[in-house]
Amino acid sequence: MTTVAESATGGEGTDSPYALSHLDALESEAVHIFREVAGEFENPVILFSGGKDSIVMLHLALKAFAPSAVPFSLLHVDTGHNFPEVLDYRDRVVAAHGLRLHVASVQDYIDRGVLRERPDGTRNPLQTLPLTEKIQSERFDAVFGGGRRDEEKARAKERVFSLRDEFSQWDPRRQRPELWNLYNGRHAPGEHVRVFPLSNWTELDVWQYIAREDIELPQIYFAHEREVFARGGMWLTAGEWGGPKDGESVEKRLVRYRTVGDMSCTGAVDSEATTLDAVIAEIAASRLTERGASRADDKLSEAAMEDRKREGYF
Amino acid sequence: MSTTTTEALSATTLLRFATAGSVDDGKSTLVGRLLHDSKSVLADQLEAVERASASRGQEAPDLALLTDGLRAEREQGITIDVAYRYFATPRRRFILADTPGHVQYTRNMVTGASTAELTVILVDARNGVVEQTRRHAAIAALLRVPHVVLAVNKMDLVAYEERAFAAIAEEFTAYATELGVPEVTAIPISALAGDNVVEPSANMDWYGGPTVLEHLETVPVSHDLTHCHARLPVQYVIRPQTAEHPDYRGYAGQIAAGTFRVGEPVTILPSGRTTKISGIDLLGEPVDVAWTTQSVTILLEDDVDVSRGDLIVPTKDAPATTQDVEATVCHVADAPLTVGHRVLLKHGTRTVKAIVKDIPSRLTLADLSLHPHPGQLVANDIGRVKIRTAEPLPVDSYADSRRTGSFILIDPADGTTLTAGMVGESFAAPEPVKDAADDDGWDF
Repeated sequence: MTTVAESATGGEGTDSPYALSHLDALESEAVHIFREVAGEFENPVILFSGGKDSIVMLHLALKAFAPSAVPFSLLHVDTGHNFPEVLDYRDRVVAAHGLRLHVASVQDYIDRGVLRERPDGTRNPLQTLPLTEKIQSERFDAVFGGGRRDEEKARAKERVFSLRDEFSQWDPRRQRPELWNLYNGRHAPGEHVRVFPLSNWTELDVWQYIAREDIELPQIYFAHEREVFARGGMWLTAGEWGGPKDGESVEKRLVRYRTVGDMSCTGAVDSEATTLDAVIAEIAASRLTERGASRADDKLSEAAMEDRKREGYF
Repeated sequence: MSTTTTEALSATTLLRFATAGSVDDGKSTLVGRLLHDSKSVLADQLEAVERASASRGQEAPDLALLTDGLRAEREQGITIDVAYRYFATPRRRFILADTPGHVQYTRNMVTGASTAELTVILVDARNGVVEQTRRHAAIAALLRVPHVVLAVNKMDLVAYEERAFAAIAEEFTAYATELGVPEVTAIPISALAGDNVVEPSANMDWYGGPTVLEHLETVPVSHDLTHCHARLPVQYVIRPQTAEHPDYRGYAGQIAAGTFRVGEPVTILPSGRTTKISGIDLLGEPVDVAWTTQSVTILLEDDVDVSRGDLIVPTKDAPATTQDVEATVCHVADAPLTVGHRVLLKHGTRTVKAIVKDIPSRLTLADLSLHPHPGQLVANDIGRVKIRTAEPLPVDSYADSRRTGSFILIDPADGTTLTAGMVGESFAAPEPVKDAADDDGWDF
């Protein structure tokens, strides 16, 4: 034992040689959460959008079970307004790791007349029904989400293991206290647990981890020229999904995305960051949160995220 | 930005800490200032707070809206539950368990403190050590939070006088030491004026210690593990059964305490079988030695029966197994815990049936007196319990290991988390037991 202690001592002298770096600590905690779910649930699934948080989740799951395959399938809620680069990335990842992909399609629900297009064109709130019906029909009992508590104030209150009733509803007043690292996954038939392995990560942690682990991302996360138009204070990608409308004009700008979601509500930010280091520098200096900078749906009301989460949104 | 900077950023350590304070002692202001001055409150969040405050007719932005995230909290102006907040300085990353001071305080503070390595206890310099302060100190001691900071707030309202601070610091430190709190750092602050929170105060030349942030940045985050009992609760057996790895059989888990190294003789509990560690994989990479809190996969020399719920320990340092667990518990559910209650007990990765055999006493945190045989524990009560488990468990004393000395009780009917448990003696110092006859705290 002394060998390690002596060889690793040094630096500032305030920390034990056994102290983990913050990324190692977050990684270890997330892996622990993945393994708890694998050990306690029958049929877990990872929500996978092709966005950076779900990509990091999958990377962690791969490490958690190496050299075995990931014992979970993936579920993508396809809004029908996805970025083609992201769908392409999704399909490549699924093939590369021999994973099983479930898709819940918002467009299907609209075509069948079950869901109706909203006047504002955003499809984000429409995702909840296809998601929750898929969870019920496939009998998923644990659903991993990439949500982070730093994203939004309602999410700051969310547990790592978050119980949902048979309607997938979240009741913030009826949450289980989480003590030590003893996660409680008990649930009644029909209920399921949403699990958030990245709860304690911040946007910057995610980017630093992507850089450290050299994880490939869809190219839209890096600065590129794109045809965009301004709506609600954000740059939206022009396209068949419904923009630009009268009075909105398209221009070509150098932009990148901080979050990746539905094209109708995910805004791009002006950026010259073409590398991971440049992205990290940009985020470290930004005065806007990622959701404030690029998500229209959070601005619908003061409690928009909480209200959607109560209904079963991720 | 260069790669060097990225590496420097990711090489920082993580400190989990909790705040404790009652309603008017300025906890929100302190949290707000730490978040604000570390640039963790961004422009759009401030704007949202300003907008919401204005729509309520408030003249100044109400910083409590930054932390009170739920609709009901904002409507009622109260904090319902523990929230976790994140901020960083170039030296360290922080996870703050922001626990509400006045509603259901005990279970919330227990929740926050269970993962904390440091607790900041606020007192109002004008009021000094009050009952609530003693309660907070007692919970920090019970949960064995390694570092306690006493933040004597509102120093601006006592003319920044050293005497006022010194008297409070002395009284609190004496009390905390009696409880067995290993380290108290007392800091005179004004969260409102910003004295000694992030910037050193010009108003208190007599104080030579660190600011709150400086202390948070430099306090050691881990103990010397060489003297810890090594423990690995097995979470999951990894068996690829592929052409590439036909015989790989690894026992995955997060090291709960101590260090493990290749070649070490180990015992599997509760079976008691012994073997040696033939390899350790740290998330896919082989290593010679691994330590808490790394998530690892351990490979064993012999093909012994090991499954989820087992505990791998060094053969020379194996805990005894027992079916009779005595512990101090905090009851966290609304329905009471009673003698005869059939429950599930989750310890590490093992969940077993259990029955509450006895509740010998209930603790009054304010004066640490014990009520004998309360019959039940209700929400927020702390008490001693005796539990019989259906299978033997390798439990450690909570004083030795916060992870393998802790457990939760679960309601088998609906899965509710009932109770947080800590095995063994509750306080380091002997408990002052008050005679039951002159105990006026009996409240049901």
